[in-house]
Amino acid sequence: MQERLISRAKELLADGTVSRVLGWKAGDLPYDPQPAYFEKEEDLREFVYDGFCGANLSKYMIAASRIEGRTLVFLKPCDTYSFVQLLKEHRIDRDKAYLIGVGCRGKLDIEKIKAQGIKGIVGIRGAEHGSESEDLTVATLYGEKTCRYTDCMLERCHVCKGKEHRIYDELIGESKETCDRGRFAEVAAIEAMQPEERFAFFQKELSKCIRCNACRNVCPACSCRTCVFDSTKFDSAQKANADPFEEKMFHIIRAFHVAGRCTDCGECSRVCSQGIPLHLFNRKFIKDINELYGEYQAGADLEEKGPLTSYTLEDAEPGIVAERG
Amino acid sequence: MYKIAKENLPALFRRIAAKNELYLPVRQNGQVNYAAWSEDAVPELDTLKTVKSPKDAFFPQSETLYTCEKDEKNLHIEPEELKQQEFVLFGVKACDLQGIHVLDQVFLADPADTFYAARREHGTIVALACHEPEETCFCSVFGIDCTDPKADVSAWLIDGILYWEAVTEKGEALTEAVRELLTEADGAEEKVEEEKNAVRRIVEKLPYSNLPLNGWNGDCLNERFRSRLWDELYQPCLACGTCTFVCPTCQCYDIKDYDTGHGVQRYRCWDSCMYSDFTMMAHGNNRTSQMQRFRQRFMHKLVYFPADHDGMYSCTGCGRCIERCPASLNIVKVIKAFQKEVDSHA
Repeated sequence: MQERLISRAKELLADGTVSRVLGWKAGDLPYDPQPAYFEKEEDLREFVYDGFCGANLSKYMIAASRIEGRTLVFLKPCDTYSFVQLLKEHRIDRDKAYLIGVGCRGKLDIEKIKAQGIKGIVGIRGAEHGSESEDLTVATLYGEKTCRYTDCMLERCHVCKGKEHRIYDELIGESKETCDRGRFAEVAAIEAMQPEERFAFFQKELSKCIRCNACRNVCPACSCRTCVFDSTKFDSAQKANADPFEEKMFHIIRAFHVAGRCTDCGECSRVCSQGIPLHLFNRKFIKDINELYGEYQAGADLEEKGPLTSYTLEDAEPGIVAERG
Repeated sequence: MYKIAKENLPALFRRIAAKNELYLPVRQNGQVNYAAWSEDAVPELDTLKTVKSPKDAFFPQSETLYTCEKDEKNLHIEPEELKQQEFVLFGVKACDLQGIHVLDQVFLADPADTFYAARREHGTIVALACHEPEETCFCSVFGIDCTDPKADVSAWLIDGILYWEAVTEKGEALTEAVRELLTEADGAEEKVEEEKNAVRRIVEKLPYSNLPLNGWNGDCLNERFRSRLWDELYQPCLACGTCTFVCPTCQCYDIKDYDTGHGVQRYRCWDSCMYSDFTMMAHGNNRTSQMQRFRQRFMHKLVYFPADHDGMYSCTGCGRCIERCPASLNIVKVIKAFQKEVDSHA
């Protein structure tokens, strides 16, 4: 399929439909492709699309919307939710984008491969999009290892929202269903904890935070031009946690700010260097929204109004907080 | 040389911790980082790389410098006390040890940073040789031998036995303090030598061990600074601070005031050249684009630092940025991109 994507990109560049291509460029190692722009046909030699292309390119379209010409962007099914949401928020220009929806068989998490004790990785087979194999064969400096593709997938792929692209100009490639867990099971388990236990859970996780801002900067819903935590005009600017309370403040404020807009794309947890399950905050909000306002999926379509940004007489009253405990 | 069986390490840690603070790689909620030892801690000496480097032990991410307290009309200024407690940093790898040497150049140069100097004075470092280097490692490019780290004590963990060799006076003193837990390791030199050679053979096979550094030095400033490659290289950068915060040598910091309600705590915390207000001054910001900020990081490591410190690079090849960058950018890709450019004009 990678070849089909490359040849289609070349055609669109050649006939002038697009001025550049936004995709993934092969890395040095078998698992580190990077988001990249390709402006010339020959640059596309380095284009890659495999199991390690987890990066959601939607947010890059904010910057790409401001440059001359149209950008061809490749989006996986889950990435299109972010794209739709950004369109709804008027953060990107639809006319500046040419969308090719690409098939997805679930994306891989290198940390999950390493967690199986696999180290010194010099080659990986089975991560290609079209691979029929259910296993990854990993060549390492310490011998060949195998692991199951599904065991190495990103958490978000196990709770996949579906393989249907929510917006596209054309589609290339087949997808494979990967959802095998309940999306809200983890949240429900935390809800069932005693308050002290729950506090301890988050305290332990969040105390690992190094305030690198990777979760915020990768988040398609975090698109403020200047984040309140970066502003030098107020006391809100923070580069460090003054105390353990602030650690939580940053993440909780962020979760509140993206509530109702977060599509659950899972990028925050993918990029966290400390392995904090940040998606749990957002998913708690999504679960609550579903329960209080009816099923809602941010980024699912362009028309539906957000439950937190529209008003109906049936809306939950603030007192619901006390009732729910 | 002495030795101690791996299963006896808890006793060793307990003994060290009786008189010192002890910091070592510990697993906490799935991640391994340097943390204070306690009976409940889960030390992880088999993990090659902690997520963060051990630089916090000498240069914490955040530290108070002094506190001002208002008492009616009086203002009390209380400087933060310098570190006086002896501590041991256990399990430091060769790349991270070199990281500390890089920090020394900055913080111990006249005028010395008293907070850092006090920690260096009271800290004893036990270095641990690498056993299974990984594909992201490239310390050998900077002349570092991961099989033979020279700190206060050098240690090797081979087949369930920790070999221990004091290198400095501080190391001798620590050895003396734990002497009764150690046994003489007759003939261990040969075993350690064998291990070193075996690991060196792996290092030779690492994908980045032959990374060319030619063209990166203090003399290439203008040419590298003006290169158009930066315009392309920076583009996927998310402007987060991950690379700088996991780096063993990134040493930039910011100084801020924390309003306690009845006074001010002046603290310093790690800064990142990736951040929009980095080095912002009264006149404004001297790096207004992400390209400039991205360029700063690599120019600092590979050009400015060697220019100021007799050719010493401020990258140690630990490879943490390779493992952690959300956009899979890193210093190796930058070095390779420049090399490709040079080759294409050759």
